[in-house]
Amino acid sequence: MATDFGSFFLNSLPNLLNGLGYTLLLTFISIAVGFFLGITLALGRVYGNKIINGFCVGYIELIRGTPLLVQLFIIYFGLPSVGIIFSPLQAALIGLAINSGAYQAEYLRGSIQSVESGQMTAARSLGMNKLQSIRHVILPQALRISIPAWSNEFIYLLQYSSIAYIIQVAELTAEGKFIAAHTFRYLEVFAMIAVIYLVLTIVSTEIIDRIAKHLSIPGIGAAKRVSLRDI
Amino acid sequence: MAMLEVKDIYKAYGNVEVLKGVSFTMEKEETKVIIGPSGTGKSTLLRCINQLSLPNKGQVWLDGEEITNPKTNINKIREKIGFVFQDFNLFNHLTALRNVSIGLEKVKRIEKEAAQTRAMQELTRVGLEAQASQYPAQLSGGQKQRVGIARALAMDPDVILFDEPTSALDPELIGDVLDVMKSLAGKVAMLVVTHEMGFARNVADEIIFMEGGVIVEQGPPKEMFTNAKLARTREFLGRIGALYGEEETGG
Repeated sequence: MATDFGSFFLNSLPNLLNGLGYTLLLTFISIAVGFFLGITLALGRVYGNKIINGFCVGYIELIRGTPLLVQLFIIYFGLPSVGIIFSPLQAALIGLAINSGAYQAEYLRGSIQSVESGQMTAARSLGMNKLQSIRHVILPQALRISIPAWSNEFIYLLQYSSIAYIIQVAELTAEGKFIAAHTFRYLEVFAMIAVIYLVLTIVSTEIIDRIAKHLSIPGIGAAKRVSLRDI
Repeated sequence: MAMLEVKDIYKAYGNVEVLKGVSFTMEKEETKVIIGPSGTGKSTLLRCINQLSLPNKGQVWLDGEEITNPKTNINKIREKIGFVFQDFNLFNHLTALRNVSIGLEKVKRIEKEAAQTRAMQELTRVGLEAQASQYPAQLSGGQKQRVGIARALAMDPDVILFDEPTSALDPELIGDVLDVMKSLAGKVAMLVVTHEMGFARNVADEIIFMEGGVIVEQGPPKEMFTNAKLARTREFLGRIGALYGEEETGG
């Protein structure tokens, strides 16, 4: 049995690694694009005028108020009817990025608002304009505060990128389903996949924790990671 | 022409009128101390001077330029007006040295090395060269405030506004901050809101007594402490003197 599983594992490995590659691609690109989207939206919410703020609130509420799966279906199956056609991978990247952007915006906003107001006052008093104050004083502090929440978002994306299998992206879960459907060894395949996700999660959490520690402000200490349930 | 001229400043928050027509002038290198009961608009007045709060009416002139004019580049003006806060407001993520140099680097666009050399000079001036690489959370309150003063000094301001600079400090730390401020008297103009009567009496060129959003009386410390014209001024100075170290005011 053990050798049988061993050879089954080795035979499955190329497909699983291929899927893993797509999973990492989806995760990294959508967290990065979502990050810049999130910062823009968060700054718009905190510092924007009524129109900009309203636009940002509308975007965030729309995206957070609808299921990711529905968003993916609209992008992949819906938009072609108005002539906009994406490949499965493109559709998944777009969907995950705009989704993650909305969530990242909300906790970045929280982080920005948790920087004491005196920091902005002091920056402006020195003669910095608003943009300089945000860039040199507010964001360096807000981003540090948001690392624990960002760590959760990263894990969330890593795992929820599996939803892309529904629109035929050959990421890790899709590859597993493919192998299982041909071998009927569902338990082994998905157990392997679960272990891969688990290892990825543990490793990435550890890496982000180390980054947080490295960036922590002496005398204040690194922000603690909160559990997924706290969000 | 006065270096700083405050003309008939009014400021209201909603229906609450905080400042009701405040006017005074300051010359180069002069030290003025504003005293008065809390809620009188002293801090608001300082914030109206560097436009952190926009006055509803009135003008502020610095070096012949009307800074209350919306067309004035307020960021340029603020370079010339230092501000020292009651609760320090040091940048938490920067070392003491970088707190002092960041204005030089980002606002005055001085090259980083030169800015840090200058910042080091200012830290030395306030007695904190040994703490240059420490972060605000690692400093005592008195040290933080001295960094705050160094940060303002580094910009070569025409005037530094002090908003109750020692009110948040433990009593034993107040002396160090006041000593630094004393050492600046006559070198840079200072407008100080404080309850430290010893400082007011010994360092100020003029004391401004404010109450209810207006200046009640102003004059040289000697005159104000010994021979104030108005009964209300005498009463306030007597009471505040008893509260905040009358023994210091003797010298």
